[in-house]
Amino acid sequence: MDKRRITQIFSALFTNANFKGFIESNIYKGNLKKFCVPGMNCYSCPGAMGSCPIGSLQAVIGTIKYNFSLYIAGFMSLMGVLFGRFICGWLCPFGLIEDLLHKVPSFKIKVNPRVDNVLKYLKYIILLLFVILMPMFLVNEFGISPPYFCQYICPVGTLEGGIPLVLLNSSLRKTIGFLFVWKMFILIAIIISSVFIYRPFCRYICPLGAFYSLFNPISFYKFKVDKNKCISCNACVNKCNMNIEVYKKPNSIDCIRCGDCIKVCPTKAIKGCFKDRT
Amino acid sequence: MRGKLLRYGILIMSILFIIIGIYRKETSIVLKKAINICLECIGIG
Repeated sequence: MDKRRITQIFSALFTNANFKGFIESNIYKGNLKKFCVPGMNCYSCPGAMGSCPIGSLQAVIGTIKYNFSLYIAGFMSLMGVLFGRFICGWLCPFGLIEDLLHKVPSFKIKVNPRVDNVLKYLKYIILLLFVILMPMFLVNEFGISPPYFCQYICPVGTLEGGIPLVLLNSSLRKTIGFLFVWKMFILIAIIISSVFIYRPFCRYICPLGAFYSLFNPISFYKFKVDKNKCISCNACVNKCNMNIEVYKKPNSIDCIRCGDCIKVCPTKAIKGCFKDRT
Repeated sequence: MRGKLLRYGILIMSILFIIIGIYRKETSIVLKKAINICLECIGIG
């Protein structure tokens, strides 16, 4: 098992360490939930020890008291400027699930670059509309709004929270309706497509990935290509599951820092580092 | 140089935002939401 997979597993276990929640069919209610985890991890998962930044952002915006959350925006910006999408590649529990699903033996689809170039902007629209603008402006008579992204799109909540809680809790099971069916449909679509396409949720839907991606070109953690060593052999480009021309754009907004390009580079021209040089 | 300034600027701004957010007691809203099962999130509500 490589270093990245081990880190992903530890991160998933660490953020979901409330194992007794799965037995008792309940969620952790301690003070640690004041803090967010860096990746997508539903706070209604029985194992969750921290809060999901996207859910928390909507929760604060959706209250009558605040129009925006400086706490969560600050946290997400801090993570973004330090690590960029390294979080997607190494720390996000849902990213790990997608990675494992893509390991299932089957034919693999490399998304047409033109289609990919259009679809990848969907996650920015979702971030802006469902996570920020709708909770801000689409409020009820009391000035409160639901977490629209969590409610209508997020497959993470369905997988980590919905399925275990509904299976373990008979009273919740009785309240299942169209919304649950709709969210299960989204989840199943993402699970099936993850087998054939590399990380479809991260590439096209995830609002947290969209936010972190904006920091990739300026984050402290960067990929650097040594132009003196690079022979433009395209080995990195062929290996990249995110369709990035790594040797030309090592800090592309789409890069999740998986590091596969570093491994295949025959001249060791690519490296990831925290060195603060522009 | 511009990239470095931007990087450090965002770093300082992020930390300030977190501090102001804590001062505004946003953490209590996060906690309140996170310690109750979010029915919308799991597809019930």
